[in-house]
Amino acid sequence: MTTSQVAVPRTSWAEPERVIVPRKHRVRPARVILHVFLMLTAIVWLVPLLWAVYTSLRSYADTSTHGYLSIAHALTFQNFSNAWSQSGLPLYFWNSLLITVPAVLLTLVFSSFVAFFVARFDFRINLALLMLFTAGNLLPPQVIITPLYRLYLLIPLPDFMNPGADVLYDSYWGVIAIHVAFQAGFCTFVFSNYMRTIPKEITEAALVDGASVWRQFWQIVLPLCRPAFAALATLESIWIYNDFFWALVLFSTGSKRPITSALANLQGQYFTNQNLIAAGALMTAIPTLIVYLLLQRQFISGLTLGANKG
Amino acid sequence: MPHPIAGRNISGGIPALSRRTMLRGLMGAAGLAAAAPVLAACSSSGGGSGSSGGTDTGTVTFGSNGSDAQPKSAYAATMAAFTKANSDKVKINTVDHDTFQNTISTYLQGTPDDVFTWFAGYRMQFFAAQGLAHPIDDVWAKIGANFSDATKALSKGNDGHYYFVPIYNYPWGVFYRKSVFQAKNYEVPTTWDDFMTLAGKMKSDGLVPFSWGYGQGDSWTPLGTFDYLNMRINGYQFHMDLMHGKQSWTDKKVTDVFTHYSQLVPYFQEGAAGRKWQDAAQALISKQTGMFTLGLFVAQQFTNPADLDDLDFFAYPSINPTYGQESVEAPTDGFMISHKAKNVAGATKLMEFLGSAAAEDAYLAIDNANVAINSQADTSKYNTLQKKAVDFISKAKNLSQFGDRDSDPGFVSNVVEPAIAKWLDNPSSTTSTQSTIESQKSQYFQS
Amino acid sequence: MTPTTLDVPATRRGGRKPSRRVRRLSRRDKLVLALMVGIPTLAHVVFVWVPTVASLLLSFTSWNGIGVNIHWVGLKNYTSLFTNFPAFWPALSHNFIWLGFFLVIPTPFGMFLAYQLNKQIRFTRFYQTAIFLPMVISLAVVGFIWEIIYNPDTGLLNSLFGTNKPGSYIDWLGNPHLNLWAVLIAASWRHAAYIMVLYLAGLKGMDPALAEAASIDGANEWQTFIRVIFPAMKPINIIIAVVTIIESLRAFDLVYVMGGNNGAKPGLELLSLLITNSIVGESPRIGFGSAIAVVLLVISLVVIIPYLVQTFRKERVR
Repeated sequence: MTTSQVAVPRTSWAEPERVIVPRKHRVRPARVILHVFLMLTAIVWLVPLLWAVYTSLRSYADTSTHGYLSIAHALTFQNFSNAWSQSGLPLYFWNSLLITVPAVLLTLVFSSFVAFFVARFDFRINLALLMLFTAGNLLPPQVIITPLYRLYLLIPLPDFMNPGADVLYDSYWGVIAIHVAFQAGFCTFVFSNYMRTIPKEITEAALVDGASVWRQFWQIVLPLCRPAFAALATLESIWIYNDFFWALVLFSTGSKRPITSALANLQGQYFTNQNLIAAGALMTAIPTLIVYLLLQRQFISGLTLGANKG
Repeated sequence: MPHPIAGRNISGGIPALSRRTMLRGLMGAAGLAAAAPVLAACSSSGGGSGSSGGTDTGTVTFGSNGSDAQPKSAYAATMAAFTKANSDKVKINTVDHDTFQNTISTYLQGTPDDVFTWFAGYRMQFFAAQGLAHPIDDVWAKIGANFSDATKALSKGNDGHYYFVPIYNYPWGVFYRKSVFQAKNYEVPTTWDDFMTLAGKMKSDGLVPFSWGYGQGDSWTPLGTFDYLNMRINGYQFHMDLMHGKQSWTDKKVTDVFTHYSQLVPYFQEGAAGRKWQDAAQALISKQTGMFTLGLFVAQQFTNPADLDDLDFFAYPSINPTYGQESVEAPTDGFMISHKAKNVAGATKLMEFLGSAAAEDAYLAIDNANVAINSQADTSKYNTLQKKAVDFISKAKNLSQFGDRDSDPGFVSNVVEPAIAKWLDNPSSTTSTQSTIESQKSQYFQS
Repeated sequence: MTPTTLDVPATRRGGRKPSRRVRRLSRRDKLVLALMVGIPTLAHVVFVWVPTVASLLLSFTSWNGIGVNIHWVGLKNYTSLFTNFPAFWPALSHNFIWLGFFLVIPTPFGMFLAYQLNKQIRFTRFYQTAIFLPMVISLAVVGFIWEIIYNPDTGLLNSLFGTNKPGSYIDWLGNPHLNLWAVLIAASWRHAAYIMVLYLAGLKGMDPALAEAASIDGANEWQTFIRVIFPAMKPINIIIAVVTIIESLRAFDLVYVMGGNNGAKPGLELLSLLITNSIVGESPRIGFGSAIAVVLLVISLVVIIPYLVQTFRKERVR
């Protein structure tokens, strides 16, 4: 088989500079089989989601009379509007927002600080710090939950930050804090890799100009990390939004829970009404799906930053 | 869950944002982040004013596990009645039923509401003994006249002080649809042999004899059958002692219980390990099954009034004539004041109201799957089922609370329930099931 | 690319030889740096590492979570865990089954998909988007979606196969012999997508000349993959292995939702669920739960530490 090296316009993320493109003189059977296989795989992959969508678009009366595996007699959005209005979903979405946005911001800010320190300066402690953060990120959360919970009951918070209770437990700040502490490892690692690629000359020029460390960080290094910021912001938003465990354990007030752990409440209320549950579950997934579809590149490059050999 | 990506770095390929947009975005988001907790303060608390534990009884907070539709509105109505009578506001915090129970320990030690829903029995005494509830002798001084002595005993802690105000109870029985029994000429059984014969007849008629569902977190449902079998075969006292850790699970008496239980297994609805009790109730409604051993709350599933009229129950059949059918499993739900309550004065007022007939009437007007325990409550509006239930309970010689309320909750949920669930999958493994439960018992009962 | 480091002369941390640079870090700079690093590190240590050490200590105590009456009991929790807790060994084996399943099915499948999708064919964007969707959804939502499929009376599978009638019942989530596999399929739905993306990114970064050289030498596709591509992707392979192992140890959300918010269900016991059960519950046994947590920690460290050493050894060499 002859190959030709063709400069192919960039169609996907992490592109190398040159790509092998086999000459397509005729449709080869192997290629057809490949397409069929991939198409089947993609369809099978989508089936669970499509089933949930189909179920959610049917009314409970329809499915209880004709069964779930039947042609719908009518499609309706009633389940979605019921889930929205009857289960207090707007409140839970708001809670998710309250947690996700500050958590993502703080995580990015903190990790970029630490990454800056570790990547641009050569202190002995750098390696230990990186290892500490990375290992901390890999731990299963259940390992730390009990002492963390007790700790949260002890740490006081001023009343305006957690009205009613004065401790970190059952507060938005508490959940934000653990997200930040936990995710910082991953983000630090990625940022530090990224910052290492910034040429020495740039910061040296700044030093010659008498710039302070903060100015180096804020005006030079940080703007150059924009792609990493975008990627990690997308990734972390999705991850923190999707969190289930921390919110489950660290909140006792039902109305403070974010949407993912509040889904359990939905199940308790509407036991057999799977159409309603499917609608609720899909609505929960909609924000992340939108972010994913719009920012697919950023999301994936966030996952794979540093996964390539340079 | 994220994982670090080791390796080198990437060379571009990501569309870049302009610096200005980036900074603007960061500023805006940072502003939002700073505002977030303030917004949270505005949206989440409604009791910012006057919820101090001083002389002013302002808003009382109420933690409830009534997450299913009917109990939720019933509690709301009760609290509304309180506010109407007292002009004190109540802030209701509803948590999913199972989650509420699972997190009760952390809840009570953390930031509990002033008043919270709970259950009578060992389960209540356990938390009172740990100092997590507020004694309410003063409340009972006012409401004591409304309750029977048996109820008073249920509401006291181990130290003799009152901790609990009951709101309702409900019996466990064997539920069935009258129309099905009439159509097929079945008779209500009163002895074990009749019971087994009936099950056999149902099966040959193409009806699944027993609705059965203990999946998806409902692993407590098989305990109802276990409790009744134990009380019928070995008597109330043995059952209580066993639940309190004073008898051995490897005793031959317990083996007897499992032997009878295994006779029932072939008549259970299949696939029960993955089915919630609500779905099992649907099978009873749709006449696919003949009987369901459950509590009166099964009536909440019968939303069609015609179906509800058709619903009836009978007492669990007698096995040992010495004990007959004298014991009834009638769990009692009610309220307690948390030890860390912020508004004790308001909470006390609320508890006094909750112990009054007005509260029960308000609650039971909406939730018709339970019956009042207050002797002054208005029972005239009860439906047939409720009237029968009141009668049933009042005639009982002994009242048990249900396995997971009569015993250490951790023991039941971590040892007994999984053991029984496993046993149901393999009913011939009785001996090993008994010894497993017994050997772990010492970890929960200290004395 | 070579990493860049600023040669910082004679810092407080010492050990560096003085460089050509004349300028030192001003006091203010040092303060800024200390704050920039100190605050995040403090937060991380306080919220992650202090509890980890506390878990270790608590595992030697007995405590019911109420008040502070903590008693020291030495190794008693561990002995009861290993000898008198019927759920432990099944849980441990289930975690390892989870790992084995992941390593054998979704991980290679993800790699296979990535390899195929790397071939510059049309619609590749569509395939990638469709297959990757499960990664974006919360595990709790994944659990709900698959519950609808597995419901014994009305689910998609049982309606399709007709196995929801008495006599021919398949109880996917209730049957202790089936439910772990049912959950694993739902988990693999997601995991394969994750692996696919990682591997695809790795493949895209690989030098195409390598594969080209192999095919010029006459190797067929399989040989090219095994002999050239796979070894060249070593860093990615390591990442994929670590990700797979860690995900198997962490498995919680999916099983919690599909098992009905209540752990220790026969067939679905997992270490993470046992821990949560012992600790979050009506009468918690904190010491006992911490002992299980320590077991989980030790197993995780067996994976984490070699990984760290491996990764950062390269860093040091730079």
